[in-house]
Amino acid sequence: MAQRIVIDPVTRIEGHAKITIQLDDAGEVADAHFHVTQVRGFEKFVEGRPFHEMPSLMARICGICPVSHLVASAKACDELLAVEIPETATKLRQILNLAQMIQSHALSFFYLSSPDLLLGMDEVPEKRSLFGVAEADPVLARDGVRLRQIGQTIIELLGGKRIHPGWVVPGGVNAPLSEDARDAMLAMIPEGLDIARRTLEWYRTVLPYFEDEIATFANVKTLFMGLTNAENTLEFYDGPVRIINGTGEVIADQLSADHYTEFLQEAVEPWSFLKTPFYRPMGYPDGVYRVGPLARLNIVGRCGTPRADEYLGLFREQDTQSSFHYHTARLIEIMYGLEKVGMLLREPDILSKRTRAVAEPNRSWGVGISEAPRGTLLHHYEIDDNGLITRANLIIATGNNNYAMDRGVYEVAKRYVRGGSLNDGMLNRVESIIRAFDPCLSCSTHAVGQMPMQVELLTPNGEVVEVLKR
Amino acid sequence: MTRVVTLKIDDIDATGREDETVLEVALEHGIQIPRLCALEGLTPVGACRLCLVEIEGTGRLLPACTTRVAEGMVVKTNSERLRKYRRMTIEMLFAEGNHVCSVCVVNGRCELQDLAVRLGVDHIRIPYLYPKRAVDASHERFALDPNRCVLCTRCVRVCGEIEGAHTWDLMSRGIDSAVITDLHTPWGESDTCTTCGKCVQVCPTGALFEKGMAVGEMTKRASFLATLAASREDGR
Repeated sequence: MAQRIVIDPVTRIEGHAKITIQLDDAGEVADAHFHVTQVRGFEKFVEGRPFHEMPSLMARICGICPVSHLVASAKACDELLAVEIPETATKLRQILNLAQMIQSHALSFFYLSSPDLLLGMDEVPEKRSLFGVAEADPVLARDGVRLRQIGQTIIELLGGKRIHPGWVVPGGVNAPLSEDARDAMLAMIPEGLDIARRTLEWYRTVLPYFEDEIATFANVKTLFMGLTNAENTLEFYDGPVRIINGTGEVIADQLSADHYTEFLQEAVEPWSFLKTPFYRPMGYPDGVYRVGPLARLNIVGRCGTPRADEYLGLFREQDTQSSFHYHTARLIEIMYGLEKVGMLLREPDILSKRTRAVAEPNRSWGVGISEAPRGTLLHHYEIDDNGLITRANLIIATGNNNYAMDRGVYEVAKRYVRGGSLNDGMLNRVESIIRAFDPCLSCSTHAVGQMPMQVELLTPNGEVVEVLKR
Repeated sequence: MTRVVTLKIDDIDATGREDETVLEVALEHGIQIPRLCALEGLTPVGACRLCLVEIEGTGRLLPACTTRVAEGMVVKTNSERLRKYRRMTIEMLFAEGNHVCSVCVVNGRCELQDLAVRLGVDHIRIPYLYPKRAVDASHERFALDPNRCVLCTRCVRVCGEIEGAHTWDLMSRGIDSAVITDLHTPWGESDTCTTCGKCVQVCPTGALFEKGMAVGEMTKRASFLATLAASREDGR
């Protein structure tokens, strides 16, 4: 008898999602899907609004990564103004964006995924949370909280508040950096670097326990996409797009975000509100790609900062196709982010008072691209003669990974889930592949392993055969 | 000759000229009364109903901005009943427009927002109407977002009384009421607008704003009004 397993909601992710696993008559996994069950409507309700409102409006897409949207949105607005923003403004935005990446990566790794990594996939659900981690390894838990605090404090020192700062505006940023704020930020960097190193060293020791998961998470082959720069190092703020294939071969390079519709297209699947972008020349689904930490480390020559480059070797000696190594890449990016923030803060012109270009709209459309913690993020706006938005298109970082997450769920379910002998550890592995991508499906759910999870085994008629509750 | 009258406002013995309003005398005695439409230098119209006060011997509540003081008057400006009505009025203002403070150009410097905070409005108990209102950004320097308009008519009055252009006016009735430029033509096409910006500066919310402002960046400066009015009286 065919059965269907539903995991709803998926826990320890940002936003709301559901997983269904379809079993065949023999109790084997026949298919599985990752459903994003919400629709937000931002692209539609911003129509008719003045474009100067866009950064603050779009930041509301998310409470965890508002900065990413602020930056991509402001960059699209810079294009509408058709100005080159002051160099200091670019650097300050870069610092803000990196601080966002640091705090978001810390949230993903420590708060959401470290319970699986420290306590194991089969730990009882009551323990499998940050509180369980705090009990088993207080230093690890405290490190995670502190690292997130460092990122958030930098955001606050720059933008005036931690969530939804109004500081990033079309044309630059609306206030220069003070010397005190810079010094306060610089003072936190060494501690952050110590935490990053300590965590990477610990993580190195637990990796061998997850050989099976690493191999299973690698069964989805896709392209990788991300931003690059002239130095061929990690790039979070700007730069042309590069796409490589599974063997590391560059298949497209120096792509300009302005022409994104020529190389990206979005597919719609009936099981999800989230669209699936793909590399247009290769079609769907052959052209699907992954973005985010794993993709970024795969497309660049090196990180570009000394400590992060030390650990790049740890990443490169692994199977860099495996989505499990999003975790590894995330830790290395934290290291990079802290180093890079330090470098930018030491730039001689960082305290310059010239941080904003003022202009009227000079173009009818603009595309802003940047790297959010979860990957490449793109905002595209069109305006009328009065500067009111007529059309908005957003390609959200998480959306780029939609196909890989969906197929990842299938691969992991196929490997671990067996009908008739359901257990919690199996299902947690299915969720953990989603967590590896750190999807930000909308905004924060404010739930750390506390949301109720109910898994139901259903007959094709919808009859409940077995219920597993958390 | 104007007589001086004595009255009681919130148990304070007050004096004022008989041609003054309760609001003016209260302010002279350091008593603040919430208001959105009244502004020194403009003719009072009693539109917003936030300055309603209780006057002994009168059953109904009267707007302090349009009620003249009288000898022996006993006024209460801050009773529980008044606070309740004011909160309700603010809630209705929020419910009938689309006031999204978080993305508004005057966030943190808005008279409506300040009043809501001061009066303890932490929830809107009536359903939002979510009206569909288009932004008019056709003017080269300023824009009108009717979603944030509370129909205080300060713009109408400052334009007519001070600038003398009378570009602004009201149209329709009830829930359909709206401020318009000229005969409901786009602001940018107005023949009468002098682009002086007075309407923008006196607007208590973000309904009228300077273009190019991002969230929280606009500060309204209505203080020019009193200076301007005084200068004119002096014949300077």
